Amino acid sequence: MNELKKYHEIPIGGTVITKDVVQPKTGGWRMGEKPMVNLDKCVNCLICWLDCPDTAVLAEGTDFFGFEYDYCKGCALCAEVCPTDAIVMVPDDQEVPEYGRMLNGGPHEN
Amino acid sequence: MPTIKQLAANEAKEKRFRGGHSLCSGCGIPIVVRTVLNSIETPVVVVNATGCLEVATTRFPNTAWNVPWLHVAFENAAAAASGVESAYRALVKRGKLPADEPVTFVVFGGDGGTYDIGLQSLSGALERGHQFLYVCYDNEAYMNTGIQRSSATPFGASTTTSPEGKISFGKAQQRKDLTAIAEAHHVNYVGQSAISHWHDLSDKVKRAVEVDGPAFINVLSTCQLGWRHEPREAVKVAQLAVDTLFWPLYEVVKGRFRLTHIPEEIVPIETWLRMQGRFKHLFKEENAGALEVIQQQIFDEWERLKERDRNDRAHFAPLQKDQTFTTEFEMV
Repeated sequence: MNELKKYHEIPIGGTVITKDVVQPKTGGWRMGEKPMVNLDKCVNCLICWLDCPDTAVLAEGTDFFGFEYDYCKGCALCAEVCPTDAIVMVPDDQEVPEYGRMLNGGPHEN
Repeated sequence: MPTIKQLAANEAKEKRFRGGHSLCSGCGIPIVVRTVLNSIETPVVVVNATGCLEVATTRFPNTAWNVPWLHVAFENAAAAASGVESAYRALVKRGKLPADEPVTFVVFGGDGGTYDIGLQSLSGALERGHQFLYVCYDNEAYMNTGIQRSSATPFGASTTTSPEGKISFGKAQQRKDLTAIAEAHHVNYVGQSAISHWHDLSDKVKRAVEVDGPAFINVLSTCQLGWRHEPREAVKVAQLAVDTLFWPLYEVVKGRFRLTHIPEEIVPIETWLRMQGRFKHLFKEENAGALEVIQQQIFDEWERLKERDRNDRAHFAPLQKDQTFTTEFEMV
Protein backbone atom coordinates (compact mmCIF):
# COMPACT_ATOMS: atom_id res chain seq x y z
CA MET A 1 0.00 0.00 0.00
CA ASN A 2 1.18 3.48 -0.80
CA GLU A 3 2.28 5.68 2.02
CA LEU A 4 -0.35 8.16 3.19
CA LYS A 5 0.28 11.63 1.82
CA LYS A 6 0.29 14.82 3.84
CA TYR A 7 -2.50 17.29 3.16
CA HIS A 8 -0.22 19.61 1.19
CA GLU A 9 1.05 16.76 -1.00
CA ILE A 10 -2.36 15.76 -2.27
CA PRO A 11 -3.27 17.35 -5.60
CA ILE A 12 -5.97 19.95 -5.12
CA GLY A 13 -9.28 19.30 -6.85
CA GLY A 14 -9.82 20.01 -10.52
CA THR A 15 -9.16 23.71 -10.99
CA VAL A 16 -10.20 25.73 -14.01
CA ILE A 17 -9.09 29.31 -14.54
CA THR A 18 -12.00 31.01 -16.27
CA LYS A 19 -10.00 33.42 -18.39
CA ASP A 20 -8.08 30.54 -20.01
CA VAL A 21 -11.25 28.83 -21.15
CA VAL A 22 -13.14 29.29 -24.39
CA GLN A 23 -16.61 27.89 -23.81
CA PRO A 24 -17.80 25.29 -26.34
CA LYS A 25 -20.25 26.73 -28.84
CA THR A 26 -23.77 25.43 -28.36
CA GLY A 27 -25.40 26.99 -31.42
CA GLY A 28 -25.44 23.55 -33.03
CA TRP A 29 -28.18 22.50 -30.59
CA ARG A 30 -30.78 24.52 -32.47
CA MET A 31 -33.64 22.46 -33.86
CA GLY A 32 -34.38 24.45 -37.02
CA GLU A 33 -35.28 27.90 -35.68
CA LYS A 34 -33.37 30.96 -34.61
CA PRO A 35 -34.52 34.34 -33.27
CA MET A 36 -34.40 37.60 -35.14
CA VAL A 37 -35.33 41.05 -33.89
CA ASN A 38 -37.25 43.85 -35.53
CA LEU A 39 -35.68 46.91 -33.94
CA ASP A 40 -38.62 49.11 -34.98
CA LYS A 41 -40.74 47.30 -32.42
CA CYS A 42 -38.12 46.74 -29.71
CA VAL A 43 -38.77 48.85 -26.61
CA ASN A 44 -35.48 47.88 -24.98
CA CYS A 45 -37.11 46.27 -21.93
CA LEU A 46 -34.32 43.63 -21.71
CA ILE A 47 -36.66 40.90 -20.48
CA CYS A 48 -35.34 38.62 -23.25
CA TRP A 49 -31.81 39.41 -22.13
CA LEU A 50 -32.49 38.32 -18.56
CA ASP A 51 -34.55 35.26 -19.46
CA CYS A 52 -32.16 33.83 -22.06
CA PRO A 53 -30.77 30.62 -20.56
CA ASP A 54 -27.64 30.77 -22.72
CA THR A 55 -26.75 34.46 -22.34
CA ALA A 56 -27.13 34.57 -26.12
CA VAL A 57 -29.13 37.81 -26.04
CA LEU A 58 -26.49 40.48 -26.05
CA ALA A 59 -26.76 43.81 -24.32
CA GLU A 60 -24.52 46.76 -25.04
CA GLY A 61 -24.20 48.39 -21.65
CA THR A 62 -27.82 48.58 -20.58
CA ASP A 63 -29.31 48.49 -24.09
CA PHE A 64 -30.51 45.57 -26.12
CA PHE A 65 -28.10 44.68 -28.91
CA GLY A 66 -28.79 41.38 -30.69
CA PHE A 67 -28.26 37.63 -30.67
CA GLU A 68 -25.11 35.60 -30.40
CA TYR A 69 -25.93 32.65 -32.64
CA ASP A 70 -22.82 30.75 -31.55
CA TYR A 71 -24.51 30.03 -28.22
CA CYS A 72 -28.26 30.32 -28.93
CA LYS A 73 -29.97 26.94 -28.52
CA GLY A 74 -33.14 28.15 -30.22
CA CYS A 75 -35.55 27.62 -27.33
CA ALA A 76 -37.64 30.65 -28.42
CA LEU A 77 -38.06 31.81 -24.83
CA CYS A 78 -37.04 35.32 -25.93
CA ALA A 79 -39.77 35.42 -28.57
CA GLU A 80 -42.30 34.19 -26.02
CA VAL A 81 -41.49 36.79 -23.34
CA CYS A 82 -41.13 39.72 -25.77
CA PRO A 83 -43.97 42.13 -24.87
CA THR A 84 -44.07 43.79 -28.29
CA ASP A 85 -43.47 40.71 -30.49
CA ALA A 86 -40.31 42.32 -31.83
CA ILE A 87 -38.56 38.96 -31.71
CA VAL A 88 -39.63 36.38 -34.27
CA MET A 89 -38.34 32.88 -34.88
CA VAL A 90 -37.10 32.26 -38.43
CA PRO A 91 -35.79 29.09 -40.09
CA ASP A 92 -32.20 28.38 -39.14
CA ASP A 93 -30.97 28.42 -42.75
CA GLN A 94 -32.50 31.83 -43.52
CA GLU A 95 -29.99 34.58 -44.20
CA VAL A 96 -30.12 37.20 -41.45
CA PRO A 97 -27.90 40.19 -40.72
CA GLU A 98 -25.20 39.83 -38.10
CA TYR A 99 -26.67 39.48 -34.60
CA GLY A 100 -30.14 39.17 -36.17
CA ARG A 101 -30.75 42.93 -36.16
CA MET A 102 -33.41 44.20 -38.57
CA LEU A 103 -34.59 47.80 -38.99
CA ASN A 104 -37.32 49.12 -41.31
CA GLY A 105 -37.75 45.64 -42.67
CA GLY A 106 -34.09 45.44 -43.74
CA PRO A 107 -30.79 44.63 -42.12
CA HIS A 108 -29.50 47.18 -39.63
CA GLU A 109 -25.98 48.39 -40.25
CA ASN A 110 -24.03 49.48 -37.22
CA MET B 1 -37.21 48.55 -6.50
CA PRO B 2 -34.42 47.09 -8.61
CA THR B 3 -34.68 47.70 -12.33
CA ILE B 4 -33.61 45.38 -15.10
CA LYS B 5 -31.22 48.13 -16.23
CA GLN B 6 -29.37 47.87 -12.92
CA LEU B 7 -28.98 44.14 -13.44
CA ALA B 8 -27.73 44.81 -16.99
CA ALA B 9 -25.28 47.41 -15.72
CA ASN B 10 -23.94 44.91 -13.22
CA GLU B 11 -23.52 42.26 -15.88
CA ALA B 12 -21.83 44.79 -18.19
CA LYS B 13 -19.30 45.40 -15.41
CA GLU B 14 -18.65 41.71 -14.83
CA LYS B 15 -20.26 38.82 -16.63
CA ARG B 16 -20.46 36.33 -13.80
CA PHE B 17 -22.24 33.53 -15.63
CA ARG B 18 -21.84 32.89 -19.34
CA GLY B 19 -23.23 30.71 -22.09
CA GLY B 20 -21.71 27.64 -23.65
CA HIS B 21 -22.92 25.39 -20.84
CA SER B 22 -24.91 22.25 -21.57
CA LEU B 23 -28.15 23.03 -19.74
CA CYS B 24 -31.17 22.16 -21.89
CA SER B 25 -32.62 24.73 -24.25
CA GLY B 26 -35.35 26.59 -22.38
CA CYS B 27 -33.93 25.75 -18.95
CA GLY B 28 -35.12 27.94 -16.07
CA ILE B 29 -32.02 27.61 -13.89
CA PRO B 30 -29.78 30.22 -15.59
CA ILE B 31 -32.52 32.79 -15.02
CA VAL B 32 -32.23 32.14 -11.28
CA VAL B 33 -28.44 32.29 -11.35
CA ARG B 34 -28.15 35.47 -13.42
CA THR B 35 -30.86 37.33 -11.51
CA VAL B 36 -29.24 36.43 -8.20
CA LEU B 37 -25.64 37.16 -9.21
CA ASN B 38 -26.49 40.42 -10.98
CA SER B 39 -28.43 41.64 -7.95
CA ILE B 40 -25.42 41.40 -5.66
CA GLU B 41 -23.13 44.40 -5.75
CA THR B 42 -20.17 42.95 -3.81
CA PRO B 43 -17.77 40.29 -5.10
CA VAL B 44 -19.31 36.82 -4.73
CA VAL B 45 -18.09 33.32 -4.01
CA VAL B 46 -20.37 30.58 -5.29
CA VAL B 47 -20.68 27.11 -3.82
CA ASN B 48 -22.67 24.59 -5.81
CA ALA B 49 -24.38 21.37 -4.82
CA THR B 50 -24.37 18.52 -7.32
CA GLY B 51 -27.21 18.87 -9.76
CA CYS B 52 -28.11 20.00 -13.26
CA LEU B 53 -26.44 23.36 -12.72
CA GLU B 54 -23.18 21.95 -11.46
CA VAL B 55 -22.90 19.15 -14.00
CA ALA B 56 -23.83 21.22 -17.02
CA THR B 57 -21.84 24.37 -16.29
CA THR B 58 -18.49 22.83 -15.34
CA ARG B 59 -17.63 20.13 -17.82
CA PHE B 60 -13.90 19.91 -17.22
CA PRO B 61 -11.85 21.72 -18.54
CA ASN B 62 -14.55 24.32 -19.26
CA THR B 63 -16.55 26.51 -16.95
CA ALA B 64 -19.46 28.89 -17.33
CA TRP B 65 -18.56 30.67 -14.10
CA ASN B 66 -16.55 33.84 -13.96
CA VAL B 67 -16.53 33.98 -10.16
CA PRO B 68 -14.73 31.84 -7.56
CA TRP B 69 -16.77 28.66 -7.58
CA LEU B 70 -16.57 25.51 -5.50
CA HIS B 71 -18.20 22.13 -5.71
CA VAL B 72 -17.52 19.33 -3.26
CA ALA B 73 -20.35 16.79 -3.18
CA PHE B 74 -24.09 16.41 -3.38
CA GLU B 75 -24.89 16.53 0.32
CA ASN B 76 -22.57 19.17 1.65
CA ALA B 77 -22.90 22.39 -0.33
CA ALA B 78 -23.98 24.33 2.77
CA ALA B 79 -21.20 22.74 4.86
CA ALA B 80 -18.61 23.62 2.21
CA ALA B 81 -19.93 27.18 2.16
CA SER B 82 -19.68 27.28 5.96
CA GLY B 83 -16.01 26.37 5.66
CA VAL B 84 -15.33 28.97 2.99
CA GLU B 85 -17.08 31.66 4.99
CA SER B 86 -15.26 30.71 8.21
CA ALA B 87 -11.89 30.71 6.44
CA TYR B 88 -12.69 34.15 5.03
CA ARG B 89 -13.54 35.50 8.48
CA ALA B 90 -10.36 34.01 9.95
CA LEU B 91 -8.21 35.60 7.23
CA VAL B 92 -9.88 38.97 7.77
CA LYS B 93 -9.24 38.67 11.50
CA ARG B 94 -5.55 38.03 10.89
CA GLY B 95 -5.32 40.98 8.55
CA LYS B 96 -4.58 38.86 5.47
CA LEU B 97 -7.74 40.03 3.70
CA PRO B 98 -9.15 43.56 3.84
CA ALA B 99 -11.97 43.98 6.36
CA ASP B 100 -13.67 46.81 4.47
CA GLU B 101 -14.31 44.92 1.23
CA PRO B 102 -17.20 42.59 1.96
CA VAL B 103 -17.68 39.36 0.03
CA THR B 104 -21.02 37.60 -0.41
CA PHE B 105 -21.20 33.84 -0.21
CA VAL B 106 -23.93 32.26 -2.31
CA VAL B 107 -24.90 28.60 -2.49
CA PHE B 108 -26.91 27.20 -5.39
CA GLY B 109 -28.55 23.84 -4.87
CA GLY B 110 -31.31 22.05 -6.69
CA ASP B 111 -34.29 20.53 -4.95
CA GLY B 112 -32.51 17.16 -4.75
CA GLY B 113 -29.45 18.75 -3.16
CA THR B 114 -31.53 20.88 -0.82
CA TYR B 115 -34.84 19.20 0.04
CA ASP B 116 -33.36 15.71 0.29
CA ILE B 117 -29.65 15.02 0.18
CA GLY B 118 -28.28 18.32 1.46
CA LEU B 119 -30.93 19.00 4.09
CA GLN B 120 -28.74 18.10 7.05
CA SER B 121 -25.85 20.31 5.96
CA LEU B 122 -28.24 23.17 5.20
CA SER B 123 -29.86 22.78 8.60
CA GLY B 124 -26.45 22.75 10.30
CA ALA B 125 -25.24 25.83 8.47
CA LEU B 126 -28.44 27.75 9.21
CA GLU B 127 -28.23 26.81 12.86
CA ARG B 128 -24.56 27.82 13.18
CA GLY B 129 -25.41 31.20 11.70
CA HIS B 130 -22.86 31.54 8.89
CA GLN B 131 -23.12 34.70 6.83
CA PHE B 132 -24.32 33.30 3.51
CA LEU B 133 -27.25 33.12 1.14
CA TYR B 134 -28.63 29.75 0.13
CA VAL B 135 -30.62 29.74 -3.10
CA CYS B 136 -32.54 26.59 -3.91
CA TYR B 137 -33.64 26.33 -7.54
CA ASP B 138 -36.61 24.03 -7.27
CA ASN B 139 -37.52 22.17 -10.46
CA GLU B 140 -39.40 19.52 -8.54
CA ALA B 141 -37.51 16.30 -9.30
CA TYR B 142 -34.03 14.85 -9.91
CA MET B 143 -33.93 16.11 -13.49
CA ASN B 144 -30.22 15.63 -14.04
CA THR B 145 -30.28 11.88 -13.52
CA GLY B 146 -33.50 11.25 -15.45
CA ILE B 147 -36.52 12.69 -13.66
CA GLN B 148 -36.75 10.70 -10.43
CA ARG B 149 -39.18 11.92 -7.80
CA SER B 150 -37.82 14.09 -5.00
CA SER B 151 -39.53 15.36 -1.89
CA ALA B 152 -40.20 18.56 -3.84
CA THR B 153 -42.24 16.74 -6.50
CA PRO B 154 -45.88 17.76 -6.19
CA PHE B 155 -48.72 15.36 -5.52
CA GLY B 156 -49.86 13.50 -8.64
CA ALA B 157 -46.83 14.27 -10.83
CA SER B 158 -45.59 11.44 -13.00
CA THR B 159 -41.84 10.82 -12.80
CA THR B 160 -39.73 7.79 -13.72
CA THR B 161 -39.86 6.53 -10.12
CA SER B 162 -43.49 7.50 -9.57
CA PRO B 163 -44.88 6.70 -13.01
CA GLU B 164 -48.54 6.93 -13.82
CA GLY B 165 -50.10 3.69 -14.97
CA LYS B 166 -52.64 1.04 -14.04
CA ILE B 167 -51.49 0.72 -10.44
CA SER B 168 -49.66 3.96 -9.72
CA PHE B 169 -51.29 7.33 -9.97
CA GLY B 170 -48.13 9.43 -10.07
CA LYS B 171 -46.56 10.68 -6.87
CA ALA B 172 -48.87 9.68 -4.01
CA GLN B 173 -47.35 11.95 -1.37
CA GLN B 174 -47.48 15.69 -0.77
CA ARG B 175 -44.45 17.84 -1.43
CA LYS B 176 -42.30 18.96 1.45
CA ASP B 177 -42.59 22.59 2.54
CA LEU B 178 -38.89 23.37 2.67
CA THR B 179 -39.31 27.12 3.04
CA ALA B 180 -41.18 26.48 6.29
CA ILE B 181 -38.39 24.16 7.45
CA ALA B 182 -35.79 26.85 6.78
CA GLU B 183 -38.00 29.35 8.60
CA ALA B 184 -38.10 27.07 11.64
CA HIS B 185 -34.37 27.74 12.11
CA HIS B 186 -35.31 31.30 13.10
CA VAL B 187 -32.94 32.86 10.62
CA ASN B 188 -33.41 36.51 9.78
CA TYR B 189 -34.47 36.06 6.18
CA VAL B 190 -36.42 33.35 4.37
CA GLY B 191 -38.19 33.88 1.07
CA GLN B 192 -39.96 32.12 -1.74
CA SER B 193 -39.81 33.38 -5.32
CA ALA B 194 -40.11 32.24 -8.93
CA ILE B 195 -38.24 32.79 -12.20
CA SER B 196 -41.22 34.56 -13.73
CA HIS B 197 -40.95 37.36 -11.15
CA TRP B 198 -37.39 38.58 -11.56
CA HIS B 199 -38.09 41.86 -9.74
CA ASP B 200 -39.45 39.94 -6.77
CA LEU B 201 -36.42 37.63 -6.75
CA SER B 202 -33.92 40.46 -7.21
CA ASP B 203 -35.59 42.39 -4.42
CA LYS B 204 -35.42 39.41 -2.09
CA VAL B 205 -31.76 38.78 -2.86
CA LYS B 206 -30.92 42.40 -2.06
CA ARG B 207 -32.63 42.11 1.32
CA ALA B 208 -31.28 38.63 2.02
CA VAL B 209 -27.64 39.64 1.64
CA GLU B 210 -28.15 42.59 3.97
CA VAL B 211 -29.41 40.67 6.97
CA ASP B 212 -27.23 39.43 9.76
CA GLY B 213 -26.58 35.69 9.49
CA PRO B 214 -27.79 33.15 6.97
CA ALA B 215 -30.62 33.67 4.50
CA PHE B 216 -32.56 31.20 2.44
CA ILE B 217 -34.52 31.74 -0.79
CA ASN B 218 -36.51 29.00 -2.48
CA VAL B 219 -37.00 29.76 -6.17
CA LEU B 220 -39.37 27.87 -8.43
CA SER B 221 -37.47 27.02 -11.59
CA THR B 222 -38.87 25.02 -14.49
CA CYS B 223 -37.74 21.97 -16.43
CA GLN B 224 -39.06 21.50 -19.94
CA LEU B 225 -37.81 17.90 -19.96
CA GLY B 226 -39.27 16.74 -16.67
CA TRP B 227 -42.39 18.88 -16.62
CA ARG B 228 -42.93 18.12 -20.31
CA HIS B 229 -43.86 21.54 -21.59
CA GLU B 230 -42.60 23.47 -24.61
CA PRO B 231 -39.12 25.01 -24.00
CA ARG B 232 -40.47 28.43 -24.99
CA GLU B 233 -43.07 28.29 -22.23
CA ALA B 234 -40.58 28.09 -19.34
CA VAL B 235 -41.40 31.51 -17.91
CA LYS B 236 -45.11 31.21 -18.63
CA VAL B 237 -45.35 27.95 -16.66
CA ALA B 238 -43.66 29.56 -13.67
CA GLN B 239 -45.95 32.57 -13.99
CA LEU B 240 -48.99 30.29 -13.91
CA ALA B 241 -47.64 28.44 -10.88
CA VAL B 242 -47.76 31.78 -9.08
CA ASP B 243 -51.10 32.87 -10.52
CA THR B 244 -52.76 29.57 -9.59
CA LEU B 245 -51.42 29.98 -6.02
CA PHE B 246 -49.50 26.72 -6.35
CA TRP B 247 -46.33 28.69 -5.57
CA PRO B 248 -47.10 31.72 -3.37
CA LEU B 249 -44.43 34.42 -3.22
CA TYR B 250 -43.68 35.49 0.31
CA GLU B 251 -40.90 36.35 2.68
CA VAL B 252 -40.29 36.01 6.39
CA VAL B 253 -38.14 38.83 7.76
CA LYS B 254 -37.05 38.38 11.37
CA GLY B 255 -39.97 36.07 11.98
CA ARG B 256 -42.56 38.38 10.42
CA PHE B 257 -44.44 37.10 7.42
CA ARG B 258 -45.75 38.90 4.36
CA LEU B 259 -46.97 37.98 0.93
CA THR B 260 -44.86 39.84 -1.62
CA HIS B 261 -47.14 39.22 -4.57
CA ILE B 262 -50.87 38.72 -4.74
CA PRO B 263 -52.06 37.61 -8.20
CA GLU B 264 -54.53 40.03 -9.76
CA GLU B 265 -56.61 37.18 -11.03
CA ILE B 266 -56.50 33.76 -9.43
CA VAL B 267 -56.33 31.08 -12.13
CA PRO B 268 -57.76 27.57 -11.54
CA ILE B 269 -54.99 25.04 -10.93
CA GLU B 270 -56.27 23.01 -13.88
CA THR B 271 -54.77 25.58 -16.29
CA TRP B 272 -51.30 25.05 -14.87
CA LEU B 273 -51.63 21.26 -14.72
CA ARG B 274 -52.85 21.06 -18.32
CA MET B 275 -49.73 22.75 -19.65
CA GLN B 276 -47.51 19.96 -18.38
CA GLY B 277 -47.20 16.40 -19.64
CA ARG B 278 -46.33 15.11 -16.18
CA PHE B 279 -49.93 15.80 -15.05
CA LYS B 280 -51.65 14.52 -18.20
CA HIS B 281 -53.08 11.45 -16.46
CA LEU B 282 -54.94 13.62 -13.94
CA PHE B 283 -57.40 14.50 -16.70
CA LYS B 284 -58.45 10.90 -17.31
CA GLU B 285 -61.99 10.10 -16.23
CA GLU B 286 -60.97 7.77 -13.41
CA ASN B 287 -58.82 10.48 -11.79
CA ALA B 288 -61.47 13.19 -11.81
CA GLY B 289 -61.49 13.49 -8.01
CA ALA B 290 -57.80 14.33 -7.84
CA LEU B 291 -58.17 17.78 -9.35
CA GLU B 292 -60.64 18.86 -6.69
CA VAL B 293 -58.37 17.55 -3.94
CA ILE B 294 -55.39 19.48 -5.34
CA GLN B 295 -57.42 22.67 -5.80
CA GLN B 296 -58.79 22.47 -2.26
CA GLN B 297 -55.34 21.95 -0.76
CA ILE B 298 -54.06 25.01 -2.59
CA PHE B 299 -56.93 27.21 -1.40
CA ASP B 300 -56.55 25.98 2.19
CA GLU B 301 -52.84 26.79 2.17
CA TRP B 302 -53.52 30.21 0.61
CA GLU B 303 -56.04 31.04 3.33
CA ARG B 304 -53.50 30.07 5.97
CA LEU B 305 -50.83 32.30 4.38
CA LYS B 306 -53.25 35.20 3.99
CA GLU B 307 -54.08 34.95 7.67
CA ARG B 308 -50.39 35.08 8.58
CA ASP B 309 -49.99 38.03 6.24
CA ARG B 310 -52.87 39.89 7.93
CA ASN B 311 -51.46 39.21 11.39
CA ASP B 312 -47.97 40.46 10.56
CA ARG B 313 -48.78 43.20 8.05
CA ALA B 314 -48.54 45.94 10.67
CA HIS B 315 -44.84 45.19 11.13
CA PHE B 316 -43.94 46.25 7.60
CA ALA B 317 -43.98 49.66 5.94
CA PRO B 318 -47.43 50.13 4.38
CA LEU B 319 -48.08 49.55 0.69
CA GLN B 320 -48.17 52.59 -1.55
CA LYS B 321 -51.06 53.10 -3.94
CA ASP B 322 -50.84 50.85 -7.03
CA GLN B 323 -48.08 48.83 -5.44
CA THR B 324 -48.40 45.07 -5.36
CA PHE B 325 -45.38 44.56 -3.20
CA THR B 326 -43.21 46.73 -1.00
CA THR B 327 -39.52 47.19 -1.21
CA GLU B 328 -38.80 48.87 2.09
CA PHE B 329 -36.62 46.71 4.20
CA GLU B 330 -37.24 48.55 7.45
CA MET B 331 -39.84 46.99 9.67
CA VAL B 332 -42.18 49.33 11.50
